[in-house]
Amino acid sequence: MNREQRFNFIRTLVSVFIAIVLAFGMILLISDQPLEALKTFVLGPLSNKRYIGNIIEMAIPLIFSGLAMSVVFQASLFNLGSEGIFYISGAVSAAVAIFVPMPTIFHQLVVIMAGAMVGAVVAFIPGVMKAKWNASELVTSLMLNNIVFGIGLYFLNYKLRDINAMSVVSYEMQESALLPRIIPGTRIHFGLIIALVAVAVVYMILYKTKWGYEIRMTGLNAEFAKYSGINTFKVIIIAHLLSGIIAGMGGAIETIGMHKRFEWTMLPGYGFDGALVAMLARNNPIGVIGAALFLAYIRVGADLVARLSDVPAEMIGILQGVIILFISAERFLARYKQKMILKEAK
Amino acid sequence: MSNYLLQMNNVTKVYDNGVVANKGINFSLKEGEIHALVGENGAGKSTLMKMLFGMEKPTEGKILLRGKEMHFSSSKDAIASGIGMVHQHFMLVESFTVAQNIMLGMEPKKGLFVDEKKAIEFTNALSEKYNLKVDATAKVSDISVGMKQKIEILKALARGAKILILDEPTAVLTPQETDLLFEELINLKEQGHTIVFISHKLREVKAISDRITVMRAGKWEGVFDTNTVSEMEISNKIVGRDVVIKYDKKPMKLGPAKMKVKGLHYQGESEVPVLKDINFNVRGGCILGIAGVEGNGQAELIEILTRQKNIEGGSVEINGQNIKDLTVKKLRDTGFGYIPEDRLRQGTAKEGSIKDNYVSNIYDHKKFYKGIFFNHKEAIRLAEKAIADYKVRCFGYSQKIAMLSGGNMQKVVVARECDINPEVLIAEQPTRGVDIGAAQIIHEKLIELRDAGCAVLLMSADLNELMELSDSLLVMYNGEITAYFEDTKDVTEHELGLCMLGINKHDQTRIRGALSE
Repeated sequence: MNREQRFNFIRTLVSVFIAIVLAFGMILLISDQPLEALKTFVLGPLSNKRYIGNIIEMAIPLIFSGLAMSVVFQASLFNLGSEGIFYISGAVSAAVAIFVPMPTIFHQLVVIMAGAMVGAVVAFIPGVMKAKWNASELVTSLMLNNIVFGIGLYFLNYKLRDINAMSVVSYEMQESALLPRIIPGTRIHFGLIIALVAVAVVYMILYKTKWGYEIRMTGLNAEFAKYSGINTFKVIIIAHLLSGIIAGMGGAIETIGMHKRFEWTMLPGYGFDGALVAMLARNNPIGVIGAALFLAYIRVGADLVARLSDVPAEMIGILQGVIILFISAERFLARYKQKMILKEAK
Repeated sequence: MSNYLLQMNNVTKVYDNGVVANKGINFSLKEGEIHALVGENGAGKSTLMKMLFGMEKPTEGKILLRGKEMHFSSSKDAIASGIGMVHQHFMLVESFTVAQNIMLGMEPKKGLFVDEKKAIEFTNALSEKYNLKVDATAKVSDISVGMKQKIEILKALARGAKILILDEPTAVLTPQETDLLFEELINLKEQGHTIVFISHKLREVKAISDRITVMRAGKWEGVFDTNTVSEMEISNKIVGRDVVIKYDKKPMKLGPAKMKVKGLHYQGESEVPVLKDINFNVRGGCILGIAGVEGNGQAELIEILTRQKNIEGGSVEINGQNIKDLTVKKLRDTGFGYIPEDRLRQGTAKEGSIKDNYVSNIYDHKKFYKGIFFNHKEAIRLAEKAIADYKVRCFGYSQKIAMLSGGNMQKVVVARECDINPEVLIAEQPTRGVDIGAAQIIHEKLIELRDAGCAVLLMSADLNELMELSDSLLVMYNGEITAYFEDTKDVTEHELGLCMLGINKHDQTRIRGALSE
């Protein structure tokens, strides 16, 4: 690890540390039994197999969305479209899982591929708009999230909805389409393995292929990439497609891994969580695993605190906000960095 | 207590990336004088003035105003101390009126609202007082460049500026507007204002200033009373060589022309043509230098040759191909290297490693791939070889470019562009802002390429470098090639200087000598 990497690592740790200290501070202020609440928050998630299982289940979609974000972030594209993609690909894959009868294994494969394709199509739109007309991918992808959500909700309401069910949910998906559980006593499903494979594949693409090099260089300095002869138009499209495919797979896998019916009536929030995961991981695919687990860990901890003590779960929202704030603030610890640079220059 | 209004004593500025922009500069202003600050591009004039105006902090040295030490943390502080600056690129709100621009941030209020009438009255009074005639109600987008400059000056005066810094004020003006500006400046001087006038047009400097400070390569070359020095003496100070670098170049072995520029014309969005009928060839085994004061079309020429700007008229052939049809990638694939002027903007990805930066023009070559997978070992081997060959001071191939000093950064850029053994190489300010050691390594490499038959086009503001490296020299003035020296050895700095300033021109027959194939 060179100095720069060490600096970034330290900065991330310090941000997380400050956020946690703030969380402790808030617990101390709010709670009548602060020590008890703290203990639940920190140790609760690790106290039994079911809770550990909860962390890992929750980390699976976060890994996918974190990966999807890392890819676009590496290209310096601030696309937040995985939010909508998660939703629409969940809806489409549920439709495939409900209406298309197929033998198992094939069924899951087709469902996931359908999700990936939907993701690619949706991500292509802001990609082309950015590459061709320099439309801000941040704005177009956010707008698209709403559009895609509307379409998905329409399908859920008018095409997939089970009228016999009490709430707005789809028909049950066919057994053959669901992902098997892999660890007894938990709901950890086969999606975990796919997620880990996806991490490896994305890592290989970003660091071991020509396209990855092009994406990274364009992200670091687009002027430099153009000057070197890299086709930045192509890079923008590829980064968007790749990101869309990953997010689409994530939506599909979450749907057939954790649910029996498609039941999202709101945007699930994974896309935005993915941005946080990618930032924590400094856009490194391997780091995404740790970042996703960390986020899932504090979520489960917060959930336990909310259920078992008098501290509300909203606190965790604040905690996340603080972490993002510190990590995204470039100048945070800049003085320390400057010292490192000067030392280096001498 | 001295009799100086302002003093900058022994000021040094080292930027974060290790570039030394100013070294031990002494600069002083007497109350009520017009003081010219002259020097080549990159001599450090702007950096010095930015420190005076609070936009940069000096690394060492003191700024004394009326004998009191000042610590400006922003230009706001400088303005509060009565220092105003008119930037080369105007900072005006185009859609606002003249009065609104002048009063920006200090608008007279009527309750919650801006008192427009008062703003106009104030502007008119100010304009009257300093005899700088403006139309207070006109929109800035509708007025001429000369007028905009007046507004900038008024803006500074409205904020109580006693010391006025003008950064190359005449660069954008017509001769008539320049004359008018000079009258206005003299008027201001008579009213007790002190003016710093940055320029590289010596005739103007001579015409208007009381004293002249000369800077070269970030260093202070002295201060002179304008009456007692000639244009020639100043010019020698500006371009003068102290460290004379000498290279023993082998005799030229001329090959065929590898770059052919024919009838090149370019206007872009400017109001007048930027390039007018440019013709020259660069032959293998030869370094052709392009001299000229910045802003005479050299930058646009290079941008066209490197496919950053499209060709409007004329043609360019590189390695036998018309570049009009080539992408940057395809142009590079013909065996083309380009060392860009700005290593941070274009030349490097500063957050990337030395290795990643080094392979940016060869990363897709077959030798790096087994199937689709990139062979990092080979890239590391090449990067390490380059680090050793060019003596890049670093901890290893994985170090970020941003952590290198300017000279070492530039070595990485030069290594990347030269190690492909290009047929044609364009070197744009290859050693700007780098230390002598690095410059020497870079120069030797360029000569080595020339000896190997590469056609090198060298554009530089450093006359020393141009005259030492180039076999032949072109001079650009006002978008045209105005001089061609077939053998650089026969040229004196003096002669070259006269051509660069547009005083001398060669006849067309001589210039056509640049077309030999």
